[in-house]
Amino acid sequence: MYFLASCLVRILGRSFPLKKEKKLMIGYDAVTDAAILAGCRFFAGYPITPATEIAERMAEKLPKSGGIFLQMEDELASINSLIGASWAGFKAMTATSGPGLSLMMEGLGYAVLSETPMVIVDVQRVGPSTGMVTYPSQGDVCQVRWGSHGDYSIIAIAPASVQDSFDYTIMAFNYAELYRTPVILLMDEVIAHLREPLIVREDVEIVKRKRPSMPPEEFMPFMPKPGEYVQREMPALGEGYKVIVESTMHDELGYRESESHEVGSRTIARLWNKIEKNVEKIAKEEFYFMEDAEIAVVSYGCPFRSAINAAKTARKEGINVGVVKMITIWPFHDSMIEKLAEKVKAIVVPEMNMSKIVREVARAAKGKAKVLGVPKLAGQMHTPEDILVAIRSVAR
Amino acid sequence: MAVNVRELAKKMAQDPGITSGHRLCAGCGPAIVMRHLMMARRKPTVVVNATGCVEVATTIFPYTAWKVPWIHNAFENAAATASGVVAARNKLVRSERFADDPDVEMDYDVIVVGGDGGTYDIGLQSISGAFERGDKFMYVLYDNEAYMNTGIQRSGGTPFGAWTTTTPVGRKIKGKLAPKKPIVDIFVAHKIPYAATVSPAFWVDEIQKFRKGLENMPSFIHAFGVCPRGWRVAENETIEVAKLAVETCVHPLYEVVEGEYRLTSVSKAIARNPSKKKPVSEYIKYQGRFKHLLKPENEKLLNELQRQIDERWNELLKKAGEY
Repeated sequence: MYFLASCLVRILGRSFPLKKEKKLMIGYDAVTDAAILAGCRFFAGYPITPATEIAERMAEKLPKSGGIFLQMEDELASINSLIGASWAGFKAMTATSGPGLSLMMEGLGYAVLSETPMVIVDVQRVGPSTGMVTYPSQGDVCQVRWGSHGDYSIIAIAPASVQDSFDYTIMAFNYAELYRTPVILLMDEVIAHLREPLIVREDVEIVKRKRPSMPPEEFMPFMPKPGEYVQREMPALGEGYKVIVESTMHDELGYRESESHEVGSRTIARLWNKIEKNVEKIAKEEFYFMEDAEIAVVSYGCPFRSAINAAKTARKEGINVGVVKMITIWPFHDSMIEKLAEKVKAIVVPEMNMSKIVREVARAAKGKAKVLGVPKLAGQMHTPEDILVAIRSVAR
Repeated sequence: MAVNVRELAKKMAQDPGITSGHRLCAGCGPAIVMRHLMMARRKPTVVVNATGCVEVATTIFPYTAWKVPWIHNAFENAAATASGVVAARNKLVRSERFADDPDVEMDYDVIVVGGDGGTYDIGLQSISGAFERGDKFMYVLYDNEAYMNTGIQRSGGTPFGAWTTTTPVGRKIKGKLAPKKPIVDIFVAHKIPYAATVSPAFWVDEIQKFRKGLENMPSFIHAFGVCPRGWRVAENETIEVAKLAVETCVHPLYEVVEGEYRLTSVSKAIARNPSKKKPVSEYIKYQGRFKHLLKPENEKLLNELQRQIDERWNELLKKAGEY
């Protein structure tokens, strides 16, 4: 765990002394503690298995930290109250699961177009529809990327442990502010209900919301600085700035422009580019045993844990296997996969769904390596053996 | 509908509608309500069930407790699903499609069953739409006053002062601060022909109202559903608590026929003889979710709860012309 944490330090490019005291903590508690540490002071949610505990914890913790907890009448209300709270100046979060996420898609698109920072925790369970309520899944991994209508890009992060849940929640809040976008923390039922040792650090880097640096008459809430794609500065309602938040297509001032092809093209391109052109800054992954690997297991979330075990066993059998843990799923890190495909002869992608991200991997690998998906359905987690079988089949 | 116990017992032995063996908790109030609801059927019946305790616990794989056709949709759209069923049924009844087949019974009643979350909160919109269109089904709300299925989170039906996991009792904030939504009034405002409140403790009144609801659709029935698990009540006190809810006017029994309010059963007797009305402390002393209200330092909160109940009761008396 210390190793994982120190890896993260390297990733974040910061050095700070790690406290070595460990706490035994459950996944959803790690998320709520981290959110409060990251500056979240507004939570709106609606009960849904297996994400309810996050709301319950926030109901207890947030008022004590000077924050606001609201239980809303449904998920539509939850996400839309986040939009309101975020524009009123709060860092805001909600937590839900598949059916709730489906209802949130309209609000998610609104947050994308209005460039509203927020964090949505999706504790994945088996779908479609009500599905299998108490079992884990990775079935929403494409929905978070493509679920709302229109063209946009988004950031999604997948924790694979309790420590990850803590660290990546902070990462999610930071990205939300840095790129002024909704960020999705793609948990699943297992990680949310898992108890593990956790190193709680207080001295992490927190990205604060930037206030406008220009006087109200010159400020444009959606106009990035030259050479950039994001206007980081965001005024709050009632601060004296002209704030027009609009779900219709708008220009850099926020004025409605629903008939101009030019303004529309510019805005859509910016929403896309602010994520996709920054992919090298946003995308994060960890590499395990990759130095001499001939086969790579690319994984995210729960299956990563089995992948590590499978790689160790494969190495005992004389197959040089490495593991890539994707921390960010979206934006998809094409260049990393391409480089990987040049290095190894095969890539195995275990997923707790019908095989979704494996398509992205195959696309990015450009035929330079064999790509094999290992689907696991209906709430089952991959055993190391499941992944080993796939490894052996491509090693031959 | 005249309630004849012997006939009802016979009917339920032959055609129970909902059977025993479901997984609802010991002492579950809504389980008793469902059984009474099935007693009131007048012809073949289809049940549309919103997500909630009753839906989950009556249909745990590989079993179902329902002996009638049953359809479950998501949380917010049971009424919309029923609208589709009713519209299609009406068309099929009139069509020639099944005219040759005497076994096909196309004329059936549609009953929607939803909990307080699915009615007060997420499902409100689809019920409102259906009542506005006049879709002929009976909506039965079993109100256990919180999201019990996900583990006791507050809902629009949770009363003032109650503890839930999302309205925890701390040093400063003590339970839910908002009052309960006046749900029957909301639907009465839709000008539906029949609305009523029922309690399983007064089951003759309850079954009669269910039948009236079926005879005057679209209709709305608000059933009181004691939840031993969520309210921290002993399993054997469900009926006692349901009875006290009526006697303290927390859940008065009345019906609204074509917009006219009428008190029934014990509530009518209390209106005629106010000395029969018990204080709310009688009702809450059985319930762990209210135990903080009985502490001396929280007397104000208890008084506020009593004030809200009295206010609603007096409003109701006025509406029913008993004032």
